[in-house]
Amino acid sequence: MSRLGVVMLVHTALHRAEQVARHWTASGCPVVIHVDRKVPDQVYSDFVAAFADEALIRFSERHTCEWGSWGIVAASQSASELMLEAFPDVHHVYLSSGACLPLRPVDELIDYLSDRPRVDFIESATTADVSWTIGGLDQERFTLRFPFSWRRNRKLFDAYVKLQRALGMRRKIPEGLMPHMGSQWWCLTRQTLSAILQDPKRQTYDRYFRRVWIPDESYFQTLARLYSTHIESRSLTLSKFDYQGRPHIFYDDHLQLLRRSDCFVARKIWTRADRLYQAFLTDQSSAMRPAEPNPGKIDRVFSKAVERRTRGRDGLYMQSRFPRHGSENGLTSFPYSVFQGFAELFEDFEPWLAETTGARVHGHLFGPARAEFANGDTITNGALSDCAVLRDYNPTAFISNLIWNTRGERQCFQFGPGDTQKISWFLARDKNAQISVITGAWAIPLFRSNMNFADIRCEAARLQQIETKQLEVLGSVWTKAQVRTWSLAEFVESPMEPMQTVIEEIGTHRANHLTEAPKMVDLTGFGQFLQNLKNQGMHPYLVGDFPADDIFGARVRPFKKPYLVQ
Amino acid sequence: MRLRRKRRLVRCLRKRRQLKPISDKTNDIQRDDILLMSVLRNEKIRLPYFLEYYRRMGVDHFLFVDNDSDDGSGEYLASQPDVSVWRANASYKQASFGLDWSNYLLRKYAHGHWVLTVDPDEFFIYPFCDTRPIRALTDWLDGCAVRSFGTMLIDMYPQGPVDAQPYHEGQDPFEIARWFDAGNYMITKNPEYKNLWIQGGPRARVFFRDTPLQAPALNKIPLVKWDRRYVYVSSTHSLLPRGLNQVYDDWGGEKTSGALLHAKLISTLGDKAREEMQRGQHYRRSGEYRAYAQGLDEQPVFWCDRSEKYINWRQLEILGLMSKGNWA
Repeated sequence: MSRLGVVMLVHTALHRAEQVARHWTASGCPVVIHVDRKVPDQVYSDFVAAFADEALIRFSERHTCEWGSWGIVAASQSASELMLEAFPDVHHVYLSSGACLPLRPVDELIDYLSDRPRVDFIESATTADVSWTIGGLDQERFTLRFPFSWRRNRKLFDAYVKLQRALGMRRKIPEGLMPHMGSQWWCLTRQTLSAILQDPKRQTYDRYFRRVWIPDESYFQTLARLYSTHIESRSLTLSKFDYQGRPHIFYDDHLQLLRRSDCFVARKIWTRADRLYQAFLTDQSSAMRPAEPNPGKIDRVFSKAVERRTRGRDGLYMQSRFPRHGSENGLTSFPYSVFQGFAELFEDFEPWLAETTGARVHGHLFGPARAEFANGDTITNGALSDCAVLRDYNPTAFISNLIWNTRGERQCFQFGPGDTQKISWFLARDKNAQISVITGAWAIPLFRSNMNFADIRCEAARLQQIETKQLEVLGSVWTKAQVRTWSLAEFVESPMEPMQTVIEEIGTHRANHLTEAPKMVDLTGFGQFLQNLKNQGMHPYLVGDFPADDIFGARVRPFKKPYLVQ
Repeated sequence: MRLRRKRRLVRCLRKRRQLKPISDKTNDIQRDDILLMSVLRNEKIRLPYFLEYYRRMGVDHFLFVDNDSDDGSGEYLASQPDVSVWRANASYKQASFGLDWSNYLLRKYAHGHWVLTVDPDEFFIYPFCDTRPIRALTDWLDGCAVRSFGTMLIDMYPQGPVDAQPYHEGQDPFEIARWFDAGNYMITKNPEYKNLWIQGGPRARVFFRDTPLQAPALNKIPLVKWDRRYVYVSSTHSLLPRGLNQVYDDWGGEKTSGALLHAKLISTLGDKAREEMQRGQHYRRSGEYRAYAQGLDEQPVFWCDRSEKYINWRQLEILGLMSKGNWA
């Protein structure tokens, strides 16, 4: 009387299989169970004996089922044959596994299928159309031979594939077959299934598929295309795969997700997910309304998991994510800006920048004494300490931590040749870094200092040397940061244009145009100062071309006061 | 490396005579049981909650080495139905800081089992630990053919001075030590054993700010599908063969990982530090404990206004202190 028959392939957790099988028969669906031959005979006979009272349950001839091998197809074949023969009124045959769990009342599935009496539900796509093949073997599954087990003899497997590729060995696909692939869990009509099983050329097909890789994903999928009048290329079984082609497993905490999915059957269920079995096998009365399966939400959860596993979170370094050089997908998690020479040239540059951009503006994070966090904090987000020793112990961890801890909020900080230089390569390689350098600006604090000129000269030489090296790094071919450099002379000539560009790039939420410029320090006499350095044999070439006389000082004078642009 | 591993194995076999069984219930261990291995000394006050915590998580049998306790830890453990205890009166230091003992017991009893090796003040956290027992995790790892599971040790501390709130037996230590550092950890790769070397956290921040090199390592690989050929080489920081240390992805992805909440920085620390310093039996001549004892005299407060209050594993996941990886 029933129109739905269920074929179950079982190899472990037999008690769960029994539970599910009884659930099917309770609604009048006959079940044919295939038990893997690897299951010990004693266990098997106990299992069979447990069903002595069930007229609707049969056991089919046993095969050894190994992942990716022919055994699974053979098992499905013999179980389906038995089903068609023993239960002549079965109209649709549903292939399931011991780890499948019906999510909706069986009657709903029966109704759903009787509304679609000619439809075969089998995911079946040509090799060109699938993106989910693992190991890079798609078309080659059908044209190479695979006598070795992928799980047990991986090396032989790979070597033989390579050999065949090298020799150009190709198998001939039997006449009339167009290889298709798809989920191995299908639901076929008696017509289609019997046509496949009773095909006069079945011998030929079987011999061919025996050496195809993972035939359970292609045998029925290919042959159904020959006979079916109406293929719905999707599986009624909700089954998600991770990036290595392993099925995701459902646990108790997926209950609500599964409920809302409206799918008929889901796999794989964790054997000990008591709540799921309890919920879906017993009280199903008002669980769901008739609806089309809608696994969208579950799809999102699992594809997020795959992305987390394969790409990870940019800029995160932790116990299970530590990318090797070059595989970081972004060395930090969020864009930030580095300013070099600005704080020297402008008075109150930091508060001005904070005001203009709304970003968090730190001082010299890599200063020799301490990390100068914004607002003079000694500790910042994530309990990151300002201690210079700790910072210099692992400067890249320091900066990536800071950016990670404050992700979502733009960070800006000052840098200069007086700071820890160990970080320069990291900054240069980081595509999130926006680095703006006024070269030679280190001369300004020296100019304004009260040091002896001999010391100034030494210090200037030292800083210039460091900055030159740093500029080499910033100019290297590996640099991914957004770098802009101006010589001090160049910048002083027209400070607002470059400033406008940099600030705009930060993407401020404030006004588009700079209304107020920061106040430049008094540079009267600076030209003469540089000339003195030169006269002492120290050429501050990074500062740019300054006139030796004090015309320069006169020229700068207008910038002494804040002024308005537009 | 193979030689080194063999040497470790020989060493642990030699030290096996130092172990005297007090309560050997290892016959009860079933084939699939999940085990827990721990070496302790005078930790009675911590044990009731420790056992309760891991029983609830789904550990089936506990293996303990009692290193010369005199506070009744051994007797207490022996009275538990699911605990096997060995007593070792010999030097902790000469037994590679207890490692030889645990390596031996692991080799003997944990072959083919998932086993969690933790100290009595370490509490294992993994993704979905509030809804899934540890067997869900080990089954899943089995399915992925993964043999070891990485974590980071997260030092938990109270809001006030460490001694301010006394810990009493059976109490959840994280009622007192609810706070942790969220983002100041430093990682480098150890080329020798291919494990990550993680330092940082409150201890580095407070005790080792001038000597960060000596700050304790926080990388731990406590959960392993044991094989009798495996050995721990340096606490649970690294194992041999080296493949077991590859608990991180180095192509940019995230493997699934957990955390060990460390309940060390509570009122019991002071006594422990003084005791261990006198014995000088700990790593680097108990330098770590010396630092604590010194620091503790000054009533240290680890808490700062950037400390994070512990809520659950999801919080740690979002903060990037552990990862679900592709386990969903």
